[in-house]
Amino acid sequence: MSDIAIRVEDLGKQYKIGMGPSNIHYHTLRDTIADTASAPFKSLSSRFHASKRKGGDQKTTKKDPQHGVIWALRDISFDLRKGKVLGVIGRNGAGKSTLLKILSRVTEPTEGYAEIHGRVGSLLEVGTGFHPELTGRENIYLNGAILGMKRLEIESKFDEIVAFAEVEKFIDTPVKRYSSGMYLRLAFAVAAHLEPEILVVDEVLAVGDAEFQRKCLGKMSDVAEEGRTVLFVSHNMSAILRLTEETIVLDKGKMELRAPSSKAVDYYLSSGFSQVGERVWAKDETSVATAPFHPSSLRIVDRFGRVANTVRSTEPITIEMHYSLEAPITGLRVGIYLTSAKGEHVFTSFDTDDSDLYDRFRVRQIGEYVSRCVIPADLLNEGRYILGVNASAFRIMRYFQDEQALTFTVDASGAPGTQWSEARLGLIRPRLEWRIEQDHAKVRVLTPGVPPILDGQPSGEYDHD
Amino acid sequence: MAQTEISTTQQEEVIRLQPSRGWTALNLPEVWRYRELVYFLIWRDIKVRYKQTALGAAWAIIQPFFTMVVFTIFFGKLAGVPSDGVPYPIFSYTGLLPWGLFAKALSDAGRSMVANRSMITKVYFPRLVIPIASVLSGLVDFAIGSVVLIGMIIYYNHIPIPSAQITPTAAIITLPFFILLALITALGVGLWLSALNVKYRDINYVIPFLTQFWLFITPIAYPSSIVPEQWRWLYALNPMTGVVEGFRWALLGVETAPGLMLAVSSTVSILTLISGMFYFRRMERTFADIV
Repeated sequence: MSDIAIRVEDLGKQYKIGMGPSNIHYHTLRDTIADTASAPFKSLSSRFHASKRKGGDQKTTKKDPQHGVIWALRDISFDLRKGKVLGVIGRNGAGKSTLLKILSRVTEPTEGYAEIHGRVGSLLEVGTGFHPELTGRENIYLNGAILGMKRLEIESKFDEIVAFAEVEKFIDTPVKRYSSGMYLRLAFAVAAHLEPEILVVDEVLAVGDAEFQRKCLGKMSDVAEEGRTVLFVSHNMSAILRLTEETIVLDKGKMELRAPSSKAVDYYLSSGFSQVGERVWAKDETSVATAPFHPSSLRIVDRFGRVANTVRSTEPITIEMHYSLEAPITGLRVGIYLTSAKGEHVFTSFDTDDSDLYDRFRVRQIGEYVSRCVIPADLLNEGRYILGVNASAFRIMRYFQDEQALTFTVDASGAPGTQWSEARLGLIRPRLEWRIEQDHAKVRVLTPGVPPILDGQPSGEYDHD
Repeated sequence: MAQTEISTTQQEEVIRLQPSRGWTALNLPEVWRYRELVYFLIWRDIKVRYKQTALGAAWAIIQPFFTMVVFTIFFGKLAGVPSDGVPYPIFSYTGLLPWGLFAKALSDAGRSMVANRSMITKVYFPRLVIPIASVLSGLVDFAIGSVVLIGMIIYYNHIPIPSAQITPTAAIITLPFFILLALITALGVGLWLSALNVKYRDINYVIPFLTQFWLFITPIAYPSSIVPEQWRWLYALNPMTGVVEGFRWALLGVETAPGLMLAVSSTVSILTLISGMFYFRRMERTFADIV
C-alpha cells in the first residue's frame, strides 16, 4: 500500500544543557535532592512557559538558556520513498547525528514522530562493541550480533567480510594487536555486510586510508544500487553527490532545504560558511583531540594583504595556517587540500614538501607558527573552492584534519578568455603562452612546383595577410 | 527504546517512534528476538574475563575456597559458630557458592549499563539484554566453583568420621530452582542499580557496600537456625536466605525443606524482579542521552 520507507513528522529533540551527548555530566544523588526541593517551583514555571510557547513563535528559538534546554532538532518533516538514497548535510551541531539517533532508535524524540517501514540497520559508528582482547574472528561475530545480524547470517558472510577487510592472516589475532588501519577495515567490513531494508549511515566513510575510503564508497554505492533505502550523513560532498539524488540541509536543528543533491551541496557550501575568508578554531573546540597541535586560524589573503572571501584568479592568493605547538613534534607537516565545490580534488600540498624545509623543520619546537603558501596567479578557474587542512606526521599520527575548513570564491574577471562570456570547463585556468605562427614554408613549397589544381584552397591561406 | 508500536502487515514491519511517557510495557518478545545478542554478550564476558591473568579460571575457585578457609578458622573453630551438624568447611562453602554467583551477578549487572555505554549510544537493541547477559555470565564461575564442592563432599565421605558423611538425597533435583532464585534476585536488584547508575554514579560506591552488608545478613557463616523462630519470616525477606538454606537442604540434607522461608524469599525476589524491570523500562528512554 505504501511505498514510503521513512516518514518524519514535526520531529524534535530537546536536550537539557549539560546533558547532551557531547557534554557528559553526571548527576549525583545530592544534586537530585537539591533539585527535588526546588522542583515544584520549576515545574510550575516551565508549565507556564510551555503553554506560552505553544501559542507564540518561540518555537524557532534554538537555545533557551532560561530553561536550560537546547533543541538539537526541531520541526523536521520529510518522507523518504523506498529504494531512494537521501543525503543529510549540515555543519557540526546542525542536528544530523541527533536525527540519525532517533531514526535508529538509540534515543527517542521529544516531540513529533517518525514512522519506519522495514527493518532498520544503523551505522552510527563502525566497530561498536569491538573488544580489544578478542580475535578478529570473535569480534566479527560479536559486532555482527550487536548490529542485529543473526548468527547464521554472519556465518554465511564471514569469508566475504574477512576478504573485504583484507585481514585473512590475522583473523585469529586479538584486535588489540591490529594496526589502526586493519582495525577500521575490519570494523567497516562487518558493518558493510549488514543487509537491512533501510540503512542509516553516519560519517563512517571518513575512516582509513584513501584507498580504503574508495573501497568503502564503492561498497556504499553497491548498497544504493541494490535498491535499498539509505539515509546517508556525510561531510564528504563528493560522496554525497555520488551516492545520493536528493539531499537535505540541516542548520541549527532546522531543515533548511531539501533539493536535488547538486543544488543542496551548492546551497550548503555557499551559505553554510559565513566566515569571510577566515576560519578560526576556538581553543576548546579542538584542544583535547589534537594536542599537542592547536590550530588557531586559516586565512585566505589577497594581493593587498587583506583577508578575503573572494579572490581574483589573475592575482596570487596567499593561504596562511596559524597554529601553536605545546610540545615539540617530529616530522610534522601542515598542509592544505584544495577541492572544488563538486568534490573534485585540485591539489594537496604540505609545508615541508620542499626538501630544504623538510630538513630544517625535522623537529618543530614549542611555539606559535604560521605556515604560508602562495597559489600563483592565473591558476584556478572561476568557481567555489573548499580549502581543507591537515597536520600530521607521516604514517605516525594525524593531529588535526578538517577537510572543509573554509570555502572561497575565485573570480575570473580579467582572466584569459574572458572576452567571451562563456564558462570554461576545468578546474584550472592557466594563462598559457600561445603562439600563432604563419607557416610560410608550406606555402613556398606549394607555389614553385606544380601549378595549383584547385585555385581556391591554397590561395585562401594568403587571405590573412 | 522509544515507545514503539510494531505491527506487521504483509511481512512489513512498521515502527512508530514517538515520545513515551510514564510506565511502559516490558516488551519481552523484543528481548526474546535479541536472544542471540544475549548469548554473544555472555560469550564475550566469559572469553575476556580471565584474559591476561596468570591463574586464569582458577580465580573462580580461589576466591570462594580461601573465604571458606578463613571462615572455617575464625567462625567455625575460634568463634565456635554452629553448622547444623555438617562439617563447617562444607557448611560455609555451600553458602559461599551461591553467594558468589549472586554477588558477582549483582555487581556486574549494576555496572553493566555504564560499562557498555559505547554500545548504548550507538546501536539500538532492547537494553534489558545487557543486565540479563551480565547476570547469566556468572554461571560459568559458579560451575567451576561447584567442582570444589563435589571434591569436598567426596573427601568428607572418605574420612572415617561418621557424622561427616554426606549422602545427597533426591532433594538435589531442586537445586536448579535455587540457582534460578539467586539469579532472579540478582537481576531484580541489578536492574534497579543499573538504571540508577546511568544517572547517579553514586551507585558505583553503593554496590560494594551493599554486597558486603548483604553478606552479613545472609546465613553463610552461620546457620539461620540461630535466628529466633519468631523472627525467621522477617529474616527470610532477604531472598538470599531462601537460596542459601535451599542449597544446604538440597545438597547436604540438613533439617527439613525450608518451606515458609522459601515462600517469603521467592515472593520478595519475584517482586524485586518485576519492579526492577518496570523501573528499568521507564528509565531506558533517557539512557542514551545521559549515560
